Amino acid sequence: MSDALPIEVRPVEARGLVKRYGDIVAVDDVDLTVERGDVFGYLGPNGAGKTTSLRMLLGLIRPTAGRARLFGRDPIVDGARALDGVAGFVEGPRFYPYLSGRRNLRLLADLDGGAPRSRIDEVLDVVELRDRAKDRVGGYSHGMRQRLGIAGALLREPKLLLLDEPATGLDPGGMRDMRELIKRLAADGITILLSSHILAEVEELCNRVAIIRKGRIIYEGRLDELLGSAGGGYVLRATDPERARAVLLAHGIEGVTLLERELRFQADEATVARASIALGQAGIGISALAPRSATLEELFLGMTEEEAA
Amino acid sequence: MILVLKWELLKLLAQKRTYLGLGAAMLVPLIFVLVLIFKAGGPNDIPLGRNIRDTGLATPFVVLFFMSIWAFPLITALVSGDIVAAESNNGTLKTILTRSRNRGEIYAAKVVATLAYTVLAIVAMGVVGVVAASLEWGFNDLTSLSGTTVSAWHGLGLLAASLAIYAWPMAGIAAFGLFLSTVTRNSASAVVGTLMWALLMQLLGVLPGTESIRPYLLGEQFQAWHGFLRTPADWTPVVRALWVCAFYVGIPLAVGYLVFLRRDVAGD
Repeated sequence: MSDALPIEVRPVEARGLVKRYGDIVAVDDVDLTVERGDVFGYLGPNGAGKTTSLRMLLGLIRPTAGRARLFGRDPIVDGARALDGVAGFVEGPRFYPYLSGRRNLRLLADLDGGAPRSRIDEVLDVVELRDRAKDRVGGYSHGMRQRLGIAGALLREPKLLLLDEPATGLDPGGMRDMRELIKRLAADGITILLSSHILAEVEELCNRVAIIRKGRIIYEGRLDELLGSAGGGYVLRATDPERARAVLLAHGIEGVTLLERELRFQADEATVARASIALGQAGIGISALAPRSATLEELFLGMTEEEAA
Repeated sequence: MILVLKWELLKLLAQKRTYLGLGAAMLVPLIFVLVLIFKAGGPNDIPLGRNIRDTGLATPFVVLFFMSIWAFPLITALVSGDIVAAESNNGTLKTILTRSRNRGEIYAAKVVATLAYTVLAIVAMGVVGVVAASLEWGFNDLTSLSGTTVSAWHGLGLLAASLAIYAWPMAGIAAFGLFLSTVTRNSASAVVGTLMWALLMQLLGVLPGTESIRPYLLGEQFQAWHGFLRTPADWTPVVRALWVCAFYVGIPLAVGYLVFLRRDVAGD
């Protein structure tokens, strides 16, 4: 359905983004498309160009080539107007340390054209910072600043939220709270572009992902399709792994690996079923035989490290 | 624009360096008066110095004479060199540039806030000087450099005019500070660089061989207010300061503006 919409209304539409610093190409011909309602995971190793591309989306840095559009508007051409309905932060939210949390939000609200006090209370409640709002941000913990960053973004009542590693530096409880918050926001209909290192978090939250390596996008698409593409794998635990391997081979199953008494292999379901009968007939006990899908982490590491070696 | 400016001013009011600058501008005339109360003699080799105890009006002129050379350039540099660079260092530049304001508006607010601070520092010195000195020596007639006596209120008008025309080259210093603050992204370099600029402009003016360009150096305009101490007022240096400083204010502000509009906000 989304394909039928004119591209102008897509929350994020970047085409051929390039950012060069002298000889170094930080971002190399990046295309990104985020559809309405997506929770879009933007993944990549450190220094792959994630933050640089997010900065270009927000108009903080000028692309060497290519264009970025948010809801059809280019921040370089349209200035602050291109950020209507867009909020978020790159490389961690930053605030005036000598002002209180509330005054920082007041300032941001005024830069957006003003907001009633009740709205500021409301976003402080969402991130559970209301009782610390009168303290100077200089005394805030890392987690509190991250939450204040979300509060500052929510003030704009965004339709698109760009979050750059929002859970970095948070303790396990803080990370869980951040995940819950993102889920709630997505459920409220906010489109989210989430750059993250925490792959379990991406797996839990995102429906689509892009993976960037050395400035280039190496995968963009649905997360379930990515995980499914590596499907067809099985894991077998048997009483005699060596003989079991021979039986599998006899059924045309090749490339069987043995890892800590577990055999791993690729085969279709029917072949696996036949092989299981043969194993039983050969007197080999099966303690476990299960399909096994690759985790995002395995896929991510496989994709981002393969050519680097 | 008003809201952006309001916050630029509130940010200045929340920072220590603002009070350091304004405090210095007020303390110097106060200390000056206190010393002269307890010590005989005075700054006799300075214009109006001999008349320092005749009227409270002489004090701000004499203090301005001292402070015009490097104290006010330093006070000006303290804030103008910091106002953009500090936001680069704190990373707050990206915070405010991802809201609903264009870069030009933010820059303009910073320019106005810097100029407001600079003018306030100069006015504060004048007010504290007049009030403190008048309490001790009275608000009496003033003897101008030409030897003519002018009424106290006329003298106050001359002081206001002098501070106003002195604020103009200081606006040139502030503009240069803002420019450096935008370009260097480093508060310390911008503050020191601005002070160096002010001193260099004055140094050039005393070197032999610079006579032909001397009237057009920024440092020369620091003394334009002396014109008001003559009767009738000598308008030549005043008028020259008005147009010469326009370049020293306009060029750095324009270049700084273009840099600010186009610069990458990365790592800040």
